[in-house]
Amino acid sequence: MAIVFQKPKSLTDAVLHYCPGCPHGIIHRLVAEAIDALGIEGKAIGVAPVGCAVMAYDYFTCDMIEAAHGRAPATATGIKRSRPENIVFTYQGDGDLASIGMAETVHAAARNENITIIFVNNAIYGMTGGQMAPTSLPGQVTQTSPYGRDVKHCGWPIRVCEMLSTLEGPEYIARVAVNNVKNVKAAGKAIKKAFQNQVEGKGFSLIEVVSACPTNWGMTPKQALNWVESDMIPYYPLGVYKDRSAAKEAEAK
Amino acid sequence: MAERVLMKGNEAIAEAAIQAGCRHYFGYPITPQTEIAAYMAKKMPKIGGTFLQAESEIASINMVYGAAAAGMRVMTSSSSPGISLKGEGLSYIAGSDVPAFVVNVQRGGPGLGGIQPSQSDYFQATKGGGHGDYHMIVLAPASVQEMASLTIKGFNLADKYNMISMILADGTIGQMMEPISFEDVEVEHYDKPWALTGTECKRKHNIVNSLYLQPEVLERKNFERYEKYKVVEENEVLYETYMMDDADYCVVAFGIAARVAKNAVVAARAEGIKAGLIRPITLWPFPKKVLRDAADQVKSFISVELNMGQMIDDIRLATECRRPVTLCNRVGGMIPSPDQVLQSIREAAKGGN
Repeated sequence: MAIVFQKPKSLTDAVLHYCPGCPHGIIHRLVAEAIDALGIEGKAIGVAPVGCAVMAYDYFTCDMIEAAHGRAPATATGIKRSRPENIVFTYQGDGDLASIGMAETVHAAARNENITIIFVNNAIYGMTGGQMAPTSLPGQVTQTSPYGRDVKHCGWPIRVCEMLSTLEGPEYIARVAVNNVKNVKAAGKAIKKAFQNQVEGKGFSLIEVVSACPTNWGMTPKQALNWVESDMIPYYPLGVYKDRSAAKEAEAK
Repeated sequence: MAERVLMKGNEAIAEAAIQAGCRHYFGYPITPQTEIAAYMAKKMPKIGGTFLQAESEIASINMVYGAAAAGMRVMTSSSSPGISLKGEGLSYIAGSDVPAFVVNVQRGGPGLGGIQPSQSDYFQATKGGGHGDYHMIVLAPASVQEMASLTIKGFNLADKYNMISMILADGTIGQMMEPISFEDVEVEHYDKPWALTGTECKRKHNIVNSLYLQPEVLERKNFERYEKYKVVEENEVLYETYMMDDADYCVVAFGIAARVAKNAVVAARAEGIKAGLIRPITLWPFPKKVLRDAADQVKSFISVELNMGQMIDDIRLATECRRPVTLCNRVGGMIPSPDQVLQSIREAAKGGN
């Protein structure tokens, strides 16, 4: 009998620790599929964040390092600069990348550091139990915004792709989602392109994946995916925000 | 005879690092150590190495963490306030047991402090600095020659024990020029089978990590690390003694303070006071045994420091408080004169402590 579906080679057999209904499993899979498709498992080095994906080092079969909170782009820079022949990626959440690690993110992008960043935006700090994130929506109730995020008090959520795409540096900035089959397929393509760019030496690629956190949003998995569609995506529109190579090609035509 | 060149202390560190095989430097500007970065910025691109000015001290130490985990000889340098910022990364590097080389050309503190020489980061360097139980090998050069040779030694020791080794210098030695040679320390090489190199699909993945959520495992990791530290304490202590054979009064000083103290010891001898000097070269591991033995011989100790009295605690511990220890110090970028140290020796000799 022919095998029509199986676990990507680049994922280990470890049982994921994520909550029921959490899309991290899907996103891990998309990353592993991209690594498999490009045949770079033996060259890949992954950088795990602090946050829900802190134990990602157990889930990918490639060499892995656990970075300090927010510092994954700097750690990845150290690896990539010293081993340019390897394929280096980070996997980070919104608190990690857009709050404590914003400086590292912006400057890695500005340097067009030849790395791949998978940025999972679920609008909340998951691991610590559901605090307000830099991407929590206005009015969103969290443990530390119990009356809803009051933008007058704590400011507005940050749109990372829009902000980074104003920089000259980065090669490829795109936002995808994993709330339905169509979006998952598009996300897989974007993630693969983000790795392909690195293989081709094009530079900094960041894929923001709009995700969900049923546990800390206080929703069923289905309600959470619906909320992604009804509330998250309108604030964080999907699409390609910067693609330098494509823009150059279009110009050439 | 080895070729001698005239160099600034900071440049000597940079050149020695390159000779030790370091090809990766990540840093952030801060006075008074900027010559190290400037030297690296000039040299690294010409020898196929990396010089990268990071966006912050925090980023630079985490770049060091990445390159160290990738198995490279890598370094950063900074001065006191910058080292505080690197504290987080130092703790992660120590907790992940990867080797790295760090330079602190100290300036006066706390806070923004000043830019003049100081030794006030002794506690930070020898007792931790970042969170958690860990040690770094701390080397205290007292000359430009030692800036170079202890740098090469520092890289060797870091790789030998998978630890951070730190040069704890100060603005004076960083800025002064002396003739030196680079041939007195051999560069050693150690295998790094744990390094992130890519698996080539030929081995199980390597993981560089400091997270252990099971308390039993984290405890074991800490115990294992401290077993390693014991070996370092047994084998890697460095110090210099000067006129200690018949000394009644022992001056203890490191770095630039030791050079001042040496003059004072000579002056005291001229007055008939039998003074001697113990100069710790490794501040961690601290030369406990030589101090313990000295306590059997001398009447008292004088700790000469460019801080409010930090190493003095380690002297008291090493000597089990069997002899009085007095402090002779200046702070804030001031350096004690030989006369001030001599006066402290005289007072000790009068038993006026």
